[in-house]
Amino acid sequence: MRDAFLRFVRHKPALVGLVLLVMVVIAAAVASLLYPGDPFRIVGKPFQPPLTDFPLGTDMLGRDLAAAVFYGARTTLLIGFAATLIATVVGVTIGGLAGYFGGRADALLMRLTELFQTIPFFLFAILLVAVLGSSIGKIIFAIAVVSWPPMARLVRGEFMAMRNREFVQACVSMGMGHARIIVVHILPNTLSAIVVTGSLMIATAILIESGLSFLGLSDPNVMSWGYIIGSGRSVLRTAWWICAVPGVAILLTVMAINLVGDGLNDALNPRLRQL
Amino acid sequence: MSGDSPLLRIEQLHVALPPWADRPFAVEDVSIDLYRNEILCVVGESGSGKSVMSRAVMGLFASRHVRPTGGRILLDGENLLEATHERLRAIRGNRVAMIFQEPMTALNPVHRIGRQIEEVLEIHRVGTPAERRARAVAMLEAVNLPDPAKILAAYPHQLSGGQRQRAMIAMALALEPDVLIADEPTTALDVTTQAQILALIRDIQRKKGMGVIFVTHDFGVVAEIADRIAVMQHGKLVEQGDAREVLSQPQAAYTRSLLAAVPSLTPGPRRDFAGNPVVLSVKGVTKTYRTGGGFFGTSARRVDALKGVAFDLRRGETLGIVGESGSGKSTVARCITRLIDSDSGRIEIDGKDIAHLGTRALRPLRRRMQMVFQDPYGSLNPRRTVGQLVAEGPIVHGTPAAEATRRAVELLELVGLDARSASRYPHEFSGGQRQRIGLARALALEPEILVADEPVSALDVSVQEQVLKLIADIRTRLGLTVLFITHDLRVASQVCDSIAVMHKGEIVEYGAVADVYANPRHDYTRTLLAAVPGRAWSEAQSPASAN
Repeated sequence: MRDAFLRFVRHKPALVGLVLLVMVVIAAAVASLLYPGDPFRIVGKPFQPPLTDFPLGTDMLGRDLAAAVFYGARTTLLIGFAATLIATVVGVTIGGLAGYFGGRADALLMRLTELFQTIPFFLFAILLVAVLGSSIGKIIFAIAVVSWPPMARLVRGEFMAMRNREFVQACVSMGMGHARIIVVHILPNTLSAIVVTGSLMIATAILIESGLSFLGLSDPNVMSWGYIIGSGRSVLRTAWWICAVPGVAILLTVMAINLVGDGLNDALNPRLRQL
Repeated sequence: MSGDSPLLRIEQLHVALPPWADRPFAVEDVSIDLYRNEILCVVGESGSGKSVMSRAVMGLFASRHVRPTGGRILLDGENLLEATHERLRAIRGNRVAMIFQEPMTALNPVHRIGRQIEEVLEIHRVGTPAERRARAVAMLEAVNLPDPAKILAAYPHQLSGGQRQRAMIAMALALEPDVLIADEPTTALDVTTQAQILALIRDIQRKKGMGVIFVTHDFGVVAEIADRIAVMQHGKLVEQGDAREVLSQPQAAYTRSLLAAVPSLTPGPRRDFAGNPVVLSVKGVTKTYRTGGGFFGTSARRVDALKGVAFDLRRGETLGIVGESGSGKSTVARCITRLIDSDSGRIEIDGKDIAHLGTRALRPLRRRMQMVFQDPYGSLNPRRTVGQLVAEGPIVHGTPAAEATRRAVELLELVGLDARSASRYPHEFSGGQRQRIGLARALALEPEILVADEPVSALDVSVQEQVLKLIADIRTRLGLTVLFITHDLRVASQVCDSIAVMHKGEIVEYGAVADVYANPRHDYTRTLLAAVPGRAWSEAQSPASAN
């Protein structure tokens, strides 16, 4: 584990990504300290460009864009991490059971997974939000529902490969139960693949959330980056910064997460890049 | 032979390893001459630098960090280490050819055999397409492959291991090279196939008058084929000389220890178990593998892995199951330990049939029968400490954790490891040490029966000897009944009391080791015994081989 940490620290792009990500987390943490009160509050004249009275300008209703971006970071991170966590738990459980038991259980669980994969994931997310409504919990649920199948497939493959390894057979011949073999012996060996895929899944979750709120399907009571872009798109030519500021925030966050994910991949799977 | 100037001269060769390796040089100050019309065997254990040395002649290095840093490799006076890439390309295949250990990976799986042989000729611009084809056919005939036309049109996966190695040899010999480098060419093959390939290499080498560098770890093979021997250890040459002299009067201490570690073919003293009760009785066990078939109307393939296998094992006895790959010997072990389910037949422990018990009913019985696996790298979970690995079995069966941990340390000491090993991870140990850990883990459950599936096949000969001694010692101390699966008749003769020879899913011969080795009744047993490399040498070595 120490080796993995050192490999990660030596990976320059991953460090850059980590620094960016930490900045986003800090932004989310200090949002209510820097901007007490409601981010939807009107604070000044509308359509003020950045670096005038307000550092990032105001939108068409005169709301402070800087406050919106700071509060948006909260929503984005919350949705990204929560949706990924749920999707990972579901994906690992289904993929793990399918890969470990094989046969009929595998066939059944994989057909279920494929059923989810046949529907384009973004359309599926729109459909779910449209049906369920758009509170933040329901958005997290919708994103989790469309994101778990790739994780399930990956974990299934890993488990199938591990199932026939001699150390697992040794466990069987010692008389261990299935639960112990899965949790204590196989899962830790697949953890690096899960962590890497999970980290990249956060970026996808953030993009889905942004897309949903851009389409006006997000929680109207919660400030998010996609929501700002969605509301500013009609004035893109006259007030470009309303879209640009949260757009750049999304870009940097997603890039940061991808860089960290790549760094984790290199750190945890060193065999891929030996010599 | 020694009057000529050497065909290939390696002078003070140094090959450096990257700074993070465990030693500075893979090959250090090695000087060897290879003459026309001789087979020079380079012998050593894993990590001795024998492969690196032989590949350096071809200019093949494992990575850009492994580079020659000194010395010369002279082929007819030309230094190959200083040759340009173009020059090396002209020499490779043409003057110096190479055959590898694993013909399946050394052949390109997507091209037909014929095309791959012709390609060698094409690269060196030899003949017209028709002539190349004729040459390919002639080469396949020369390596005794039946029906060359069919082989030419075949893909590598359609051939057996022995056929593939023959095709590789045909390819290497297509341009009649002066020097052939053979890097463990028979290690991946079954013993009977190995004997044929060794005879073939010998035969072709004589006919063409080639110089052959034959890299191997197996002194049996050396005794079979070598004219001269070079022994390597830790990248250095420890001894070289005429084969007969090195084998009968080794000078270096290391060579002596290596030779002493080669298991003899003479069985040890006979032990009598006739009075002991039968602990494991296997009756008419069958297993059939079915693959493919069904969905797209393709025909299913049926492989009868076991056809009515039966034997009895008495308390304290060690039964060896020997056979070549595909004989079903590992399937037997896995059926008995219930890692796979047999189709029919009975597997009785103390008279109780376990072949058809459910998972739950089986669990308490599992501890009475434990397994040691072949692969010392794959059989230990890399994420658990050695102490956890050994203590886990008893904990699962209800022993308090503290007691299991204390016992694990005792067991590690029993198998010759330090008590401190308990807190370390498997990757910190060598292959032999890991096999000891695997043994400790199996013993932790205090089994009555130990099933060992090729436990020493992946180990170097000196380590193999130690592990075999350990198994024999623990077996007598704990009164264990052992089922010992191996492909190696030498190993079997050292540890087994009785032996079952398996061939195509059947036990063709079954009896006390000394009887079977002295008077094999079945043709297949005779073939197998005759194919053991270095048999004549072994028998000359041991005075006890009277029968």
